[in-house]
Amino acid sequence: MISPNLSAIFYLISGILFILALRGLSSPDTSRQGNYFGITGMIIAILVTFLSIGNFSNSFAYILILLLAGGAIGAFIAFKIPMTAMPELVAGFHSLVGLAAVFVAIAAFLNPEVFNLGVAGNIKLASLIEMSIGAAVGAITFSGSIIAFLKLRGIMSGAPITFTGQHFLNLILGIGIFVLIFYLCKTQSENIFWTVIAISFLIGILLIIPIGGADMPVVISMLNSYSGWAAAGIGFTLENTALIITGALVGSSGAILSYIMCKAMNRSFFSVILGGFGADNSTSNTKDKKDQKPVKSGNAEDAAFLMKNASSVIIVPGYGMAVAQAQHALREMVDKLKKNDIKVTYAIHPVAGRMPGHMNVLLAEANVPYDEVFELEDINNDFANSDVAFVIGANDVTNPVAKTDPKSPIFGMPVLDVEKCKSVLFVKRSLSPGYAGIDNELFYRDNTLMLFADAKKMTEDIVKNLD
Amino acid sequence: MEIDPFIFRLSIFILSIFVGYYVVWSVTPSLHTPLMSVTNAISSVIIVGAIIAALASASENVFNSSSVFGYLAIVLASVNIFGGFLVTQRMLQMYKKKKDKK
Repeated sequence: MISPNLSAIFYLISGILFILALRGLSSPDTSRQGNYFGITGMIIAILVTFLSIGNFSNSFAYILILLLAGGAIGAFIAFKIPMTAMPELVAGFHSLVGLAAVFVAIAAFLNPEVFNLGVAGNIKLASLIEMSIGAAVGAITFSGSIIAFLKLRGIMSGAPITFTGQHFLNLILGIGIFVLIFYLCKTQSENIFWTVIAISFLIGILLIIPIGGADMPVVISMLNSYSGWAAAGIGFTLENTALIITGALVGSSGAILSYIMCKAMNRSFFSVILGGFGADNSTSNTKDKKDQKPVKSGNAEDAAFLMKNASSVIIVPGYGMAVAQAQHALREMVDKLKKNDIKVTYAIHPVAGRMPGHMNVLLAEANVPYDEVFELEDINNDFANSDVAFVIGANDVTNPVAKTDPKSPIFGMPVLDVEKCKSVLFVKRSLSPGYAGIDNELFYRDNTLMLFADAKKMTEDIVKNLD
Repeated sequence: MEIDPFIFRLSIFILSIFVGYYVVWSVTPSLHTPLMSVTNAISSVIIVGAIIAALASASENVFNSSSVFGYLAIVLASVNIFGGFLVTQRMLQMYKKKKDKK
């Protein structure tokens, strides 16, 4: 058994190790070491908790069994999950953190003596506020993440679900939570505590259903942030430094990622939260254009010819590439091009995948070296000096309309300047519009050659033609 | 008058938000997905609370209303700890320079 002071020091150490874990991610070289710091921090926190209680009775054995059972499930999922499914996985994991926070808060409420928070029915006021906030945020994280998971997994339609008075209802429920917590502090009533949790579950659902599929990167980041605040709330209740530090880190991390995603889509955070994007079909005027404007289309042979005679090629991958599982064929194509002394780089838009950095992971999985992959601001000036832009599975993020047409819903969104390339190869199955529901002006440009095919099939055909 | 210990915890919390803010901005955008999975893994340190609930309350009675919630939370958090760190590790293994291969 170790003293509370000593264990507090150890919790601080594990908090610092968690900071170092995030710090390691500043470069791929140090990232693996960072992950080991994180694991060490977690082991220290768990060991110190066992030692500080010093109770190695029957329940200790149960805990070990449950820990290993949970760990086995987690490990199994971690090894089995395909990289395309990372967004669902992360959303699912957020829901677990949220629910765990709710359970810990309930345990603390039912048996406050264990946590030194007073006695049942007379819990310290500050602790009661902290645990109910922790439980409420945890519950919102849980149900919200479940909805996000179902939408990402395709079990639930990605289309926004809206109804009149939705925001008003959310507002009432939100205020209701605070009123109930106030009464909870006055009465210490168990029923009010359960009601707070139930309403929070409902808020989580209502908060995420109006948000459309295209905004999912923001939603995942936001739920990431919530799970952090929930952990911090519990950390205050348990007076545990490791939890408070971690909660603050995760909370601010998620918030920053939400901000980056919103900026990449040129949407304000509130318009994403209020939802409904992608539901309206006010694209009538673009439909007329479609009939008038001619489109140049080509085949794999043309594409191979163009690229073989280029000196620099920029690949612009999007989520469609991952759906078609074309990343491995793509790399094969790039290898062939490199053998012909053609400079090949990849340009990635921040919202190219379904979550922040998703496309980078997918390319890394296909063995694309990370130093050939560039972010939007780093590569956007290179398009003007390059011969060919190869757009595969991306659409809205290349649409020049975002720069020229103030009436367009995506106006102001930062886009990749692919049209500045000498020629643009655009792999797409049809001329259908992308997520944002708008026509891509790039299709009708003189320097654009449309390659109508499945991304994987087309890339394989190009590979054959490059020989 | 003595300072309430809550103020100390609040100070730690606020300072950690600032640390988090600067550390996360320095994360390279290509590692944002591992960032999310690792933050998810470390937030499972909430298991500390679950262990306290499960262990401390159960000296005579292993299963009571409070410890059961502790046990449940342990399962959830441990799925997250193992799953989160391992999937992060799996992703980071892919981020290697391939220069030596050629």
